[in-house]
Amino acid sequence: MSRVLLRLATVATLFFIYFPLALIGLYAFNASITQGWPIESYTTAWFGEAWRDEQVRDALWMSVKAAVLATAIALALGTLASLGVARYRFFGRETISFLVILPIALPGIVTGMALNATYVRFGIDFGLLTIVIGHATFCIVLVYNNVVARLRRTSPNLEEASSDLGADSWQTFRYVTFPQLRTALLAGGLLAFGLSFDEVIVTTFTAGAEQTLPIWIFTNLARPQQLPIINVVALAVIALSIIPVWLAQRLSADPTAAGGAAGAAATARQ
Amino acid sequence: MLFITAFWTVDPFTGDVVRDFSLDNFRTLWEQDVYRRITLRTVGLAAAVTVTDALLALPIAYYMARVASPRTRGILVVAILTPLWASYLVKVYAWRIVLAGQGPLNWALAPFGLEGPGYTTTGTWLVFTYLWLPFMILPVYAGLERIPNSLLEASSDLGARGLGTFRRVVFPLAFPAIVAGSIFTFSLTLGDYITPQVVGNTNFIGNVVYTNVGVANNLPFAAAFATVPVLIMIVYLALARRAGAFESI
Repeated sequence: MSRVLLRLATVATLFFIYFPLALIGLYAFNASITQGWPIESYTTAWFGEAWRDEQVRDALWMSVKAAVLATAIALALGTLASLGVARYRFFGRETISFLVILPIALPGIVTGMALNATYVRFGIDFGLLTIVIGHATFCIVLVYNNVVARLRRTSPNLEEASSDLGADSWQTFRYVTFPQLRTALLAGGLLAFGLSFDEVIVTTFTAGAEQTLPIWIFTNLARPQQLPIINVVALAVIALSIIPVWLAQRLSADPTAAGGAAGAAATARQ
Repeated sequence: MLFITAFWTVDPFTGDVVRDFSLDNFRTLWEQDVYRRITLRTVGLAAAVTVTDALLALPIAYYMARVASPRTRGILVVAILTPLWASYLVKVYAWRIVLAGQGPLNWALAPFGLEGPGYTTTGTWLVFTYLWLPFMILPVYAGLERIPNSLLEASSDLGARGLGTFRRVVFPLAFPAIVAGSIFTFSLTLGDYITPQVVGNTNFIGNVVYTNVGVANNLPFAAAFATVPVLIMIVYLALARRAGAFESI
């Protein structure tokens, strides 16, 4: 009896989680410009319309540039930080791991404010650069978490053996450490890309006049004649953010491990 | 930088930031009724969202951890995780469609003579509950999975019924995990300003901060108000640590 109830509750919860997303899928094909329910007729015309929209294309391009750059920075700095923390003991080590994780524990509005205040104070102009720095602050932690988890599972003996055999530290990294980290880096990088691609809150404080795709959606929500295009863009954003994450989950051996890091890090998007 | 800015003020005539140490912003926050009400409202909403999420998360997490086969469990974990990555804004937008006057929710409720909450604080609460639910399900699931079977068997050997076992054994053991999940649901609600703007009709801390950065151009005051959720979170984290939540994240 209680099992049946539990199963029903589970199905109901899954329905609750998925029906708004499914709805976006339906509305993207809604022929009418008013967004009522039930949908009366369907069309694919809005997809072409969205693709031809100059603003949407600019925003898409901006989002891609920002996500690629932020991911690159996150990969470089996240790997360095995780190697330092996992392989060496030094003064302030705990502080570093705390500082890396801090941006995901703070509400996004605080991170955004802090960045905004800093940019204004030092007279940095808002644009691609400021967006990328903002995104990198919370993307680093994704790479960091994935790489630290991987380093804990691999033994430092291999690296010691490599230097005993006469490799210098770069060769050891290139031929021993890096191959072990490759999938962790790829998974972390994909997660970082997905997160950067969606981010709204930190971006509103750091973008100035530039628009990323989520910002474009946000500013156009109040314009009824734009809603059909928003539906299409929303569907595209869902696809573009879920596919990398799905890949990342398949790449890491244990789906729940990537998930744990993912879950914690998804906080950053707020 | 944020905390230093909070002590500056804006010159009312020129609109320039005056970089002198002053507690004016914090005095305004404390003395004006509006800001105290907004803070209380935000904390109240965060608490309501946290409790609802905990209630919704327990059955599905229990099913995943204790009833489902390992295969189903794996599928369910992925099913809960994936929507976390679907754009936050898109999810809020989806709810804007759901809650619309001519939208699906009102259509579904109409035969029962009911009406959905529309774009109100109740709507905001519903959407926040939706958004942060996976953040509650995952830690609770992990916490429930760690409970050894022997404890549940011992409980039923000693004559406890299903509900008794749940109340006396499962719930106390899962409590740290619920607190761990609540850190997310609570802090995420405190800092958000997009959801209330899209599906609500009142201001929360985040909205006030946002308007002060943008429209009102009073960065110091925004910074001062932004320290409020940070302070609340520090207190909350300290309490959570005492409840043993940190081992459950």
